[in-house]
Amino acid sequence: MTGLDRLLREVHAGNPRSVARAITLVEDGLEQGTAILASLDRQRLARALVVGITGPVGAGKSTLTGRLVRFFLDQGERLGIVAVDPSSPFSGGALLGDRVRMMTQATDDRVLIRSMATRGRLGGLCTAAGAAVRIMAAAGYRLILVETVGVGQSEWDVARLADITLVVLAPGFGDDIQAMKAGLLEVADLLVINKADLPGARKLLLELQGMAEKDVLETSAVRDEGIGRLGQRILELEQELRRTNRLEEGRRQARESEALDWLLERLREPLARLVREEGAAGCDPRITAERLLERIGALG
Amino acid sequence: MRQRYRVLIGKPGLDGHDRGARFIARALRDAGFEVIYTGIRRTPEEIAAAAVQEDVAAVGLSSMSGAHLRLFPAVAEALARAGAADIPILGGGIIPDEDRPLLEQAGISGIYTPGTPVDTIVQAFREACERHYRGRQ
Repeated sequence: MTGLDRLLREVHAGNPRSVARAITLVEDGLEQGTAILASLDRQRLARALVVGITGPVGAGKSTLTGRLVRFFLDQGERLGIVAVDPSSPFSGGALLGDRVRMMTQATDDRVLIRSMATRGRLGGLCTAAGAAVRIMAAAGYRLILVETVGVGQSEWDVARLADITLVVLAPGFGDDIQAMKAGLLEVADLLVINKADLPGARKLLLELQGMAEKDVLETSAVRDEGIGRLGQRILELEQELRRTNRLEEGRRQARESEALDWLLERLREPLARLVREEGAAGCDPRITAERLLERIGALG
Repeated sequence: MRQRYRVLIGKPGLDGHDRGARFIARALRDAGFEVIYTGIRRTPEEIAAAAVQEDVAAVGLSSMSGAHLRLFPAVAEALARAGAADIPILGGGIIPDEDRPLLEQAGISGIYTPGTPVDTIVQAFREACERHYRGRQ
């Protein structure tokens, strides 16, 4: 039995060390990573539910995620959590601190938490987030929560990856015009007003109900309020999506868009080389790009 | 050299003085590491579980309250129980010289006390990671 076969067997047996190692192999773009992704248990992938948790910095995503973990554990689920934080644009390093707010479940073997850095990607996730989700699902973590970096108005990668997307807001982040803008609110399946015990929560609730034809739920993660209702709503929505085949359709689109992401990721370096060779000085960048496109076309 | 080193910085025990741990975490971040920070007051088991789930190449522990002789070896034991004895542990904080041999015996691969240049510490993490990733191949 090769090392790879053994690793695959251990991943499917739910061995946390092997699951973590498999994610690293994919994240680092190593060949074994590709081989692992090719051999994951498809039935488990189909059964899994991926819940995206996104929203602005400081809305309480990590604390809320920690509370949801507790709720779903009580429902008998095993959970994987992918928590993404930004990489430094200067050093490439990152400080991954989402775990700090989820430590109460750190030693529960029904929970596996993986922190990931964006590694230069915009959009709120890292390129390997989808792969990490699938490895966890194959390892038997049926419910997977994906927490994005703190987002602004136009980072909604998670909505493609997740079957159900929660957009978590809190009072005090701006007026109703902000909420009317295109973007983040549109991609939500459920809107969550966290910190609902703070002043302004009621006003935010009315504003959101007034403009979006979506469920708006109130929580206070710190006080552990509203979590059960939110958790139940997520499970109901899952049933609905499965019944109407919308879950499968959403995943088909997600697979296509992720394939495109990997393709662009792989092309980035060779293209960057091409640009460096061509030299972009003294020419409008758009024109440099057009010229290179012609050259690539000629090559193909 | 590989693309990114992943390390964990943790504070075991009841000691809440995390300035040193945070300083090292930031220095490592600025040196290009991906640093998982666990926050204060963690049990050795929590730190070991986090190190395994995050697949880090090294663990850094900080102690300012004198409990290092108990807590650092306890983290090493917890890692071993989790099947991860191969992850190196570096320690820092207020640690008397006479305790070094005991900690080394317990499998702590380096001890760094106040006054150590930060570059020395970053380099120690880099070397520990390099050795660990070589062992993975």
